[in-house]
Amino acid sequence: MTHLLAALLSLGAFALLAGVVLAVAQRVFHIEGDPMVDKIDSMLPQTQCGQCGYPGCKPYANAVASGAAEVNHCVPGGERVMLQIADLMGVEPKAVEEEAAAPMLAFVREDECIGCTLCIKACPVDAIVGAPKQYHTVIVDQCTGCMLCVEPCPVDCIDMLVKPELLEHWAWPLPDTRRAAVGHERRGHHAGHA
Amino acid sequence: MPAMLRTLAQKLGMMAHGFHGGVHPHERKLTAGMPIEDCPLAPLYIVPLKQHIGEACTPLVAVGDKVLRGQKIARAEGYVSVPLHAPTSGTVVKIEEHPVVHPSGMSMPCVFIEADGLDEEDHSLERMTNWRDLDAAVLRERVRMCGIAGLGGAVFPTFIKLVQDKKNPIQTLVLNGIECEPYLTNDHQMMLEQAEEVLQGMAIIMHMVGAESGIIAIEDNKSDAARVMRQALAENSELAHVHVAVLPTRYPQGSEKQLIYSLTGKEVPAGKLPLHVGVICQNVGTAKAIRDAVLLGKPLTERLVTVSGDAMPRPANLRVRLGLTLRYVFAQRGLEDFENIQILHGGPMMGERLRIPDVPVIKSSIGLLAMHQDTVMQAHPAEQPCIRCGHCSQACPAALVPNLMADHCRNEQFDKAEAYNLFDCIECGACSYVCPSNIPLVQYFRYGKGQIAQLRREHDFAEASRQRFDARDARLAREKAEKAARRSRVRKELAPAPDKDTTTKVEKSTNDKAEES
Ligand code: SF4
Ligand code: SF4
Repeated sequence: MTHLLAALLSLGAFALLAGVVLAVAQRVFHIEGDPMVDKIDSMLPQTQCGQCGYPGCKPYANAVASGAAEVNHCVPGGERVMLQIADLMGVEPKAVEEEAAAPMLAFVREDECIGCTLCIKACPVDAIVGAPKQYHTVIVDQCTGCMLCVEPCPVDCIDMLVKPELLEHWAWPLPDTRRAAVGHERRGHHAGHA
Repeated sequence: MPAMLRTLAQKLGMMAHGFHGGVHPHERKLTAGMPIEDCPLAPLYIVPLKQHIGEACTPLVAVGDKVLRGQKIARAEGYVSVPLHAPTSGTVVKIEEHPVVHPSGMSMPCVFIEADGLDEEDHSLERMTNWRDLDAAVLRERVRMCGIAGLGGAVFPTFIKLVQDKKNPIQTLVLNGIECEPYLTNDHQMMLEQAEEVLQGMAIIMHMVGAESGIIAIEDNKSDAARVMRQALAENSELAHVHVAVLPTRYPQGSEKQLIYSLTGKEVPAGKLPLHVGVICQNVGTAKAIRDAVLLGKPLTERLVTVSGDAMPRPANLRVRLGLTLRYVFAQRGLEDFENIQILHGGPMMGERLRIPDVPVIKSSIGLLAMHQDTVMQAHPAEQPCIRCGHCSQACPAALVPNLMADHCRNEQFDKAEAYNLFDCIECGACSYVCPSNIPLVQYFRYGKGQIAQLRREHDFAEASRQRFDARDARLAREKAEKAARRSRVRKELAPAPDKDTTTKVEKSTNDKAEES
């Protein structure tokens, strides 16, 4: 009998202790927000273009984390981002349906701009500067190429231009690939006409 | 030899320290011993606005401006940058994009100078013959101002390396006269002909960094240079603690970290600089340029170039003004038809393949080689699968495992490639050289490094965009809240109206009462 009592008491005491430790740990190591959402968000290209059908990258990250959205909706991220997210979520990869366009930059034709500020309101990353009745301009280094400013412009003075390839950002292609062959062609081409 | 025996032998001084790996390509030094000749002046010079590692320069001249030789024509931007100078006197005719020496074959803004043929010099910089009394900082500014960047081919702005750091005092200056690439002989010839000037440059550098001793490193295939340098040292009482070290010929001995290890047995840790082990390394050409800048007040406007290659009719060691086109320089030595010819900028091991003879000579042009297309094709046959022979890791001077790194780069597993220390690879090409399967290993490493840099850039951009998006969200929310608050305040202001009525009524009633009374 005493054995039984001792066992019950000691086990009960241990359970109580474990409970207290767990309760304390939960408070001490509490994490704000959903770590999954942040992880997915950090993989997304932050273009904030809304091509995924959500009003920005974070909302899409939320939807993916909660299972409401598939992993393959980020168009600018392409296959690489899709694979990363699928890997993180532990789901089967799914092909990205739309092919990403070449990286773009918005450009305001300043002499046509009427200074209505509508594009400033549309830019998700505050990359347009200007004031009412003053012409506006895009900060090239901050433009994500999301195209959200094109639609609201009442006089259609915003062009999307292909982002120029910078010499400093040029990277070697993989050897024996088509890109490497094209690069070699291009060098030969220069030799011909320069 | 087993490693232990080797260390023991080194400890006992029976054997020089040798760096790990290395290869012995055919030397083919066609121009060895040929006297330096001046490349004739040309009517047009093209000066690219970036010729060093770091930030590009901003032009200081406009179209139509007259310039003198040595006049500053572009300003350095940022810290890691040096200014540019006019290579001859003449007129700026245009500033526009032009193809430059770059593996992409892309263009860069260049200043075009039409020579007036007078070659007048700008004498605005005074001669600092009293450099021994001058502060290191003053000399350092002179080296920066004169546009000097490592002339061994790496073109890192030289002034940055010439610092006196209390935490890392420099004991030894290594003067790099190794020139381990095949074909190249310009450093060799400079030591033969201008030993005195090179030593003066060495003395200035030692004064600037406070080094006590110096080593002039020369490979044993240039014993005449070693003899000349020893002789010059013997006549120079000032450089008492400098000696000439002759090392066995092996590629890539001239690479900074490998050379320091061969000479001192000190290993420069990954991600650290030679100054962290108390050493700095300068090329002989750079030392001569520093001497000209300090003693003569001459900015960098010319350099020695080995013009060679198996398709070169008359190879030579030339003193070439920066900004002359390769086509012009080759023409001076009898090469005008570029049919079936591959041009290399630099040495055959690390140089860049160009197919554009119209790019200008820049500060990093150590050699210009014209090779028969067939020779180059033989050197680059089709790639076969790796047979895991391990030759590449035996040859690697950085003690890496090239075959595994290349696999990871090819399969885009960049984190794994980095874990194998991809960024310690000096791109010497020793691994590709020995690979029996002809795998272009270095090309994979260049690809991997480029992709990693690209991913980092994208990640940084995304991070900045995210922060701006969040800041905008927060601002919009705040504005909304403020608007709501304002609205409710207004509503409140409107709402008390009935209360006011009562007060007026009360007042009225009191008034009434007053009137009554
Ligand atoms: S040398 Fe070439 S074949 Fe041999 S292990 Fe290295 S990569 Fe493979
Ligand atoms: S290229 Fe890189 S991996 Fe290959 S031998 Fe040289 S340092 Fe080693």
